[in-house]
Amino acid sequence: MASKAAARACGERLLAAFAAAGAAEIAPDILQPAEVLLDLYGEDIRARAYVTSDPARGEMMLRPDFTVPVVQEHMAGGAEPARYCYMGEVFRKQDHLGAARVAEYIQAGYEVFDREDPEAADAEAFALIAAQVAHLGLTATIGDIGILRAAVEGLDTIPARKEALARHIWRPQRFHKLMARYAGLEPAPATRAALLSGLRPGAPWIGLRSTDEMEARIARLRLDATAAPIPAEDVARLDALFALRCPAPQAPARLRALGLPAIEAAIARLERRLAALAARGVATEALRFDASHGRTTMEYYDGFVFTLSAADPALPPVASGGRYDALTRVLGGGREIPAVGGVIRPGLVADLEGAQ
Amino acid sequence: MTIKLGVPSKGRLMEQCFDWFASRGLTLRRTGSDREYAGAVEGAEGLELVLLSAGEIPRELAAGRIHLGVTGSDLVRDKLADWSAQVVELAPMGFGHADLIIAVPAAWADVDTLEDLDAAAHAFRAAHGFRLRIATKYHRLVRDYLTREGVADYQLVDSQGATEGTVKNLTAEAIADITSSGETLRANHLKILSDALIHQSQATLFAARAADWTGEEARLAALCQQLGVARPDF
Repeated sequence: MASKAAARACGERLLAAFAAAGAAEIAPDILQPAEVLLDLYGEDIRARAYVTSDPARGEMMLRPDFTVPVVQEHMAGGAEPARYCYMGEVFRKQDHLGAARVAEYIQAGYEVFDREDPEAADAEAFALIAAQVAHLGLTATIGDIGILRAAVEGLDTIPARKEALARHIWRPQRFHKLMARYAGLEPAPATRAALLSGLRPGAPWIGLRSTDEMEARIARLRLDATAAPIPAEDVARLDALFALRCPAPQAPARLRALGLPAIEAAIARLERRLAALAARGVATEALRFDASHGRTTMEYYDGFVFTLSAADPALPPVASGGRYDALTRVLGGGREIPAVGGVIRPGLVADLEGAQ
Repeated sequence: MTIKLGVPSKGRLMEQCFDWFASRGLTLRRTGSDREYAGAVEGAEGLELVLLSAGEIPRELAAGRIHLGVTGSDLVRDKLADWSAQVVELAPMGFGHADLIIAVPAAWADVDTLEDLDAAAHAFRAAHGFRLRIATKYHRLVRDYLTREGVADYQLVDSQGATEGTVKNLTAEAIADITSSGETLRANHLKILSDALIHQSQATLFAARAADWTGEEARLAALCQQLGVARPDF
């Protein structure tokens, strides 16, 4: 494994390249308030981040990534449009043993906050990041969570079901269980009929959740019980969408062939993005498109997603990134701005360069 | 050199553990005064008894300070990262049974399954501005389980005892805890989710991968034969 000094030297080189592309360097604190991150990511981040306590500032976290502090800094008064770069350590507890699982490593990143032409910004971020690691012979995979969200939104069913499915796009296991329920392939729990008939247990009410919250949910379940099942052919189309993997230039045609009119606008965005990538000199025929890319690992990405990986499957991605418009909404306190970016792991770059 | 065997130092668990070994021709007993944590083994050569708190046995096994240890399968899975890379399960021992389950207020008519809990947690977070709290001391087991099952909008809050009381005390909305009869849950107006059995625990004999087994191979083989368990493949 490359020394920390080698990783840092590589990181400096990347930072200089990002700055030369017009990004302003920012240097967020290593100690971040834990509350914001815990509220955003929940238990996933608690399991992975080092939490410590500060007598004056409360629970603090060793920076598990840069995206949240970068968004916060931009929202606190950045000019628009803006491009940022940064470089430094991130810290992640590793719950599995193994040499490739390091608990602290350097990230160098580039982020674009720009309302004009999101697909051009996607291409800008990807092309700049990919260019820095072009000499390593990595495999690039792209996806688009926006296509999946459009497909769910386009289902012919009640809004509550679409909302529940959209919320679980990043949790495939729960998504597919819900889908089986909504399609009538899996029966409702045996207790459901008694519940809807008005039966209530005699137990005393305890806890913070209110009876109003329970009654609101029962009303939703009543509505759900009257909804028609999602047709089996619609479920099959969605399954085919999730399973789609092909060279990127074929993706628009393959997606259209699925017969999902609701995703047409998202396909058009994919076409604009591919054209913008080609215009920036990216060889799009070498990109792999995976419709499910980003579903299991990158919850805050809600549009374009990408990773650049070495051949060794034991190694984490050398670079990854994507679009996170919704995150700026959550952190913006009523404001939002389309945002896209990504990070490179200089330590892995130095390793791969050393092996060449 | 000796093989060190760690067993729980007190209570019913210790007695049942002693019985289990006794029925296989090994007499374990405490020595000295009632309060002294010292023990002896009769019926096998080169076996040393170490009396420990059941909760510390996983850590001692992981560090290789004991060769063999008896503790709950729940504790090993919860306390050790990649537990099967650190210890080998030699034998489930048939006592100390307890189920790690999720329980919610019995008055929640609309919550019976994980799917219900997930939906209730989503609405709860929107209504209260924070994630639905699940009190537990089994952080790793519960978190891994809920991640695998795709449950969102919850948070774990630590509870090292009297966990069944946390809902009434408004420090949690649900709990994840071990239960054998369910009596305490009912007394605290809680009910078990019908499809959320996280782990069925029982007292288990483990062997430590990190312990120094050099020169102990023959002794281990003889001991495994006497106990009627398969020899571990380290």
